[in-house]
Amino acid sequence: MSRTVLSGNEAFARAAYEAGVRVASAYPGTPSTEILENIVQYERIDASWAPNEKVSVEVGIGASMGGARTMVTMKHVGVNVAADPLFTFSYTGVRGGFVLVVADDPEMHSSQNEQDSRNYARFAKVPMFEPADSQEALDLTRLAFEVSERFDTPVMVRSTTRLSHSKTVVSLGEPLADLPPTNLERDPAKFVMLPGNARVRHPVIEKTLEEMAEWASDQPFNRIESGSGELGIITAGVAYQYAREVFPEAHILKLGLVHPLPKRLIREFAARCKTVYVVEELDPVIEEQVRAMGIEVVGKEKVPLCGELSPGRLRRAFGLESIEPAPATEALPPRPPNMCPGCPHRGVFYALNRLKAFVTGDIGCYTLGFMPPLSAMDTCICMGASIGNATGLAKVVPEQEQHKVVGVIGDSTFLHTGINGLIDMVYNASKATVIILDNSTTGMTGRQDHPGTGYTLQGGQAYQVDLEALCRSVGVRHVVTVDPYQIDETRTIIEQAMQAPEVAVVITRRPCVLIKHDVLEKRPPLFIDAGKCTGCKACLKLGCPAIEWQADANATGKGIARVDRLLCTGCGICEQVCKFAAFGVCDE
Amino acid sequence: MSETSVTNILMAGVGGQGTLLASEILSEVLMLAGHDVKKAEVHGMAQRGGSVVSHVRFGSRVFSPTIPEGEADILFGFELLETCRYLALVKPTGTVVVNNLRIAPPSVALGQNSYPDDIPAKLRQHVADVRLIDGLQLAEQAGNPRTVNTVLLGALANTLSPSHEQWLTAMRKLVPPRFLDVNLRAFELGRAVDKR
Repeated sequence: MSRTVLSGNEAFARAAYEAGVRVASAYPGTPSTEILENIVQYERIDASWAPNEKVSVEVGIGASMGGARTMVTMKHVGVNVAADPLFTFSYTGVRGGFVLVVADDPEMHSSQNEQDSRNYARFAKVPMFEPADSQEALDLTRLAFEVSERFDTPVMVRSTTRLSHSKTVVSLGEPLADLPPTNLERDPAKFVMLPGNARVRHPVIEKTLEEMAEWASDQPFNRIESGSGELGIITAGVAYQYAREVFPEAHILKLGLVHPLPKRLIREFAARCKTVYVVEELDPVIEEQVRAMGIEVVGKEKVPLCGELSPGRLRRAFGLESIEPAPATEALPPRPPNMCPGCPHRGVFYALNRLKAFVTGDIGCYTLGFMPPLSAMDTCICMGASIGNATGLAKVVPEQEQHKVVGVIGDSTFLHTGINGLIDMVYNASKATVIILDNSTTGMTGRQDHPGTGYTLQGGQAYQVDLEALCRSVGVRHVVTVDPYQIDETRTIIEQAMQAPEVAVVITRRPCVLIKHDVLEKRPPLFIDAGKCTGCKACLKLGCPAIEWQADANATGKGIARVDRLLCTGCGICEQVCKFAAFGVCDE
Repeated sequence: MSETSVTNILMAGVGGQGTLLASEILSEVLMLAGHDVKKAEVHGMAQRGGSVVSHVRFGSRVFSPTIPEGEADILFGFELLETCRYLALVKPTGTVVVNNLRIAPPSVALGQNSYPDDIPAKLRQHVADVRLIDGLQLAEQAGNPRTVNTVLLGALANTLSPSHEQWLTAMRKLVPPRFLDVNLRAFELGRAVDKR
């Protein structure tokens, strides 16, 4: 078997291939995105981006009903969107094996909350594996398909940022050669969840979970690693790695299946240890269940509830000696993420700042419009929330403030869950404004295609949703499209939309500067004429990474601005805000 | 199995500098040299021109994918300020291999803050072995300013055990073919700069 270095996400994709998956569906979301991007290399898998996670699970359920093995992937908050089908799919069970890989983001490296998906496994009554490295991501996910079919249930596999985005050494397996045939097969008592049928199914899945808990006590993925002391640690996932690093002498009960818990094995393990710690990231999911079994454990009273674990955090939690990071000698200037040079969103947020709009924001690169100096975002909750939030605000604020409320949402996010909010806006006669920031890609997650781009996951041609026609079809009469590189025009059009006595939609259309498709015109970079720059700093208010303030730079000893020509994309919005014609275009 | 058999390399830079390809090549070469390897980094929000950090650990068996605080043996920096930011995580007996490059963070670009003075001296106060590399100059000499990451890998290679041939094998596997020659030149220039 060949050895290679794979990220957790690459290993999940490999598992889909080895297990004979036929259909894979997902909506991009950090840290899960690369699973589907890597599945593309396996041509026998029909892989596609869905407009949102609910659709991806529903597509997956359909494929399973047809007899195919199916993988669906998403980030933790995606499960909130997909919860509706998932909670009933556990009742019906599967035909072809179904695995949902969900990637949590402890520490919120790239997320708006750090919900713990293990709660969903319990809540939805779906078994859940939790791998601890890329080898287990491959092995346990492959096994999850067999378990799904054997116990007639969808199976979840929990990842975290540190698993999905860490690379470890993996030995590859052989892919299944023959995939089972697929066909239409009616089974209404199983798949039609009317109350009468669902009442029959519910006790079945409760019994299945009990059987699985008993079975899981004898499976190698739940294993005891014997140590030498009296301390025992129950742990799972990446937390296992930290526990091994910090407590090399301890007995370890390493759980590969985190729902349902192997109660018999846990009792056996606890009986041989004097003290039992539970080391788990985020919620006390294992701890509370073990306590409910009447076993005394040490858990979240010591191990942090918030954020991700690390060897240092674990050491400090238990009062062990840890090399304290030496204090920084001085406060260093921070380096937060920023919109790229040439980002088409920049001019829109500059205009919103000038117009003193109250901006309900959404999830994407444009959430960075919150950062100074643009400082033009006032709320951010979840995918699609900008539009509903704007509707609600405009309902309650005094009439003279209503026109200030503007929802901003990206093209991908609009098609994910924004369109429903716009339908409500028109239906219930809101006067708020919506700006669709159409950069023709799903930017923040690494530029994935979606139904509005005209391309599939594989880069093939697809029907491109006409956003203007879509907005008009739900009843928006005021729909105007503008190029956000034209900043005066953009500001005027947004202002007119804000003043309109009805729902107004502005579509700002310009491709992302990092877009993968070959659609960008190459523009020469700009420079600043030191003789003309007065040091007024107007261009700095754009927050462009390609413009840098130079103190004491010109002949009179006054500061001026400078353009970094390696970073500048030549978008020219700085030139438009300069009142002194100090910008020029470089000869290329 | 003991913790002391693990070597820790912390990489720090600015999103967009090519730290990802460098950490990929580094992990590959360490695996080729027979080690257990783990590499951890964060994608997404953190990449948009922000501070980026990768953890690379290797040895007979590695558990945690992230380096325990204060236990980095090598701090491998692509930019001066970002290297200084993670200085506290490296052992005083460790090594700093750092690109002699300043990229202004937003508050400096806006004129609200100044770029810290004399970072190499600050690095030397904490760690004795600091190797300052003129990455951009050497990359231009190699024929492409975008090969700075490979120049720096060449300099890092002087502190590690894998053979030259193993490095070349890893690069041939991971560098796109049309950029391979210029990257191999950049790697050699990095190796030549700092043999001690």
